[in-house]
Amino acid sequence: MIEVSHISKRYGVKEAVHDICFDVKDGEILGFLGPNAAGKTTTMRILTGYIPPTSGTARIDGLDILEQSLEARRRIGYLPENPPLYGEMTVEGYLHFVGRIKGIPVGDRAAKVEDVMKRCRLVNNSSEEEDYSRRLIKHLSKGYRQRVGLAQALIHDPKVLILDEPTVGLDPKQIIEVRDLIKSLAGTHTVVLSTHILPEVSMTCQRVVIIDRGKIVVEDTPENLTQQLRGGDRLIIEMSGALEPITAGIRSLPGVHAVSSKPLSSPQGYELTVEVGEDRSARNAVARVIMDLGGQLWSLRPASMSLEEIFLELTTSEEAVEGQAAGGQEKP
Amino acid sequence: MKNIWAIARRQYENYFVSPIAYAVLTIFLLVMGYFFYNILRLIVENSMMEAMQSQQFGGLPPGVDVPSQVARNFFGILSTILLFMLPMITMGLFAEEKKQGTLELLMTSPLTSVQIVLGKFLAALAFFVSMLLPTLLYFEIMQVYSQPHFPWGPVFNSFFGILLLGGALLALGSFISSLTENQIIASVSTFGVFLILWVLDISSRSGESKLGEVLGYLSVLNHFEDFSKGIFDTTHLIFYLSFMAFSLLLTLRSLESLRWRQ
Repeated sequence: MIEVSHISKRYGVKEAVHDICFDVKDGEILGFLGPNAAGKTTTMRILTGYIPPTSGTARIDGLDILEQSLEARRRIGYLPENPPLYGEMTVEGYLHFVGRIKGIPVGDRAAKVEDVMKRCRLVNNSSEEEDYSRRLIKHLSKGYRQRVGLAQALIHDPKVLILDEPTVGLDPKQIIEVRDLIKSLAGTHTVVLSTHILPEVSMTCQRVVIIDRGKIVVEDTPENLTQQLRGGDRLIIEMSGALEPITAGIRSLPGVHAVSSKPLSSPQGYELTVEVGEDRSARNAVARVIMDLGGQLWSLRPASMSLEEIFLELTTSEEAVEGQAAGGQEKP
Repeated sequence: MKNIWAIARRQYENYFVSPIAYAVLTIFLLVMGYFFYNILRLIVENSMMEAMQSQQFGGLPPGVDVPSQVARNFFGILSTILLFMLPMITMGLFAEEKKQGTLELLMTSPLTSVQIVLGKFLAALAFFVSMLLPTLLYFEIMQVYSQPHFPWGPVFNSFFGILLLGGALLALGSFISSLTENQIIASVSTFGVFLILWVLDISSRSGESKLGEVLGYLSVLNHFEDFSKGIFDTTHLIFYLSFMAFSLLLTLRSLESLRWRQ
């Protein structure tokens, strides 16, 4: 549905996006992940035809974004970072206007506006209170504005949806609602959504593209990504007993890659971190070693590397270590 | 065409949800009503004085065409007032869209830049016409009291000229609005440019040189004078139309360049 090939974008001397390639299949939800200023917004703007790439090209539903721009744009619903709203208009009036410029025929327009307001919970048949259709957009809260923005992107039932940080600035309940709405689009719509909030990706997306300083770092499913980078399991063990022989014993086990230890606050207690292969039987062997050598096993739990850690591992480089490029933080 | 209409309609409605439109309309009509009243009073008084003088000396009273003199003076002032009022109509056209980020919506919708520019321009023009229409009433009132009735032809000719002049200024204003995202800057610089175009007219009158002649030709107000005298000259028509087309072309280019600059 979306094919991006070798897209680069330069602003003066600064290269915002460098040689990006990826495909999005029909009906798939793709997460576009990266720290701030990684080139997410630039890539999305290029896909929506707002700005042209310096080099490279992209196709939406087989249509070139530069050569057949109007046709391609007809198939896209786009929610920019700041929802493009006219504060002086009512929600309904605004959606009618958007319907008009997106080319929805007059006959269908009222029905589509009605439908999209329901889907984005801007109207609720059961209560007058929750009817936002006649409210002026400037009087709406951030969360409702975001919904109107989403409604604007959905109104013409586009094949492709491009959402730039759709959950920014929402409260937790609204975030869940928006995520559910996005998930409900899978299958019928192809969605590209950008975010710098990691759990969002594992919750909503089928595939992730991680981008950092204009380059794609990795592209995979969230599960695979966790699996692959972890290269096996990590066990966190709390125990007491003779530290030296026990660590040596564990280290000599087959399938164990590394052992590290640190003392716990309780006396004679230690926390061991054991890197093991994917073979589950290693856990058993590790536990046996501890008990055979007279240690007391307090707890043993597998610690999987979180997406956060992977993300940091991938996007944190020498110069960025000072906490600058750390993911997951809010924009200033 | 439908798209142009959609853009124009939203923009036109937008004028009436902001207080600016009402302020512009009210002040414009107040000022123009005041001028119309005073021009009419002065010219009628003058003609009566002259008639009385000629009676005293036993001559024939001079024929003073009051309505056409009123019209000429009125349109002369109207054309100057426009320099002050029109920047307020055009200042928001693109600057506001840029500031709100709604330009991103328009430019990622299946619209061409030509449609956006024309839609915006038509909305500004339509608002300008709604501003002018009530002044027709002044002439209707004068018509009721004039004996014999004056012909409407020259009045409409002047209105047509004002429309062309206004259209040219609005097109230029929309170009300036597309250069910034700050409405105040847009309106102040539009006003500044209009003022220079006006001063060009004054400086060309005093100078005798070739340069003065060229500047005089470029002055937008100069071309209006013939219209207010009841003359319809295609030179002026073509001047205004090409001025408009050129300004709109600049607006289009400026809008398209945004895509490359951002």
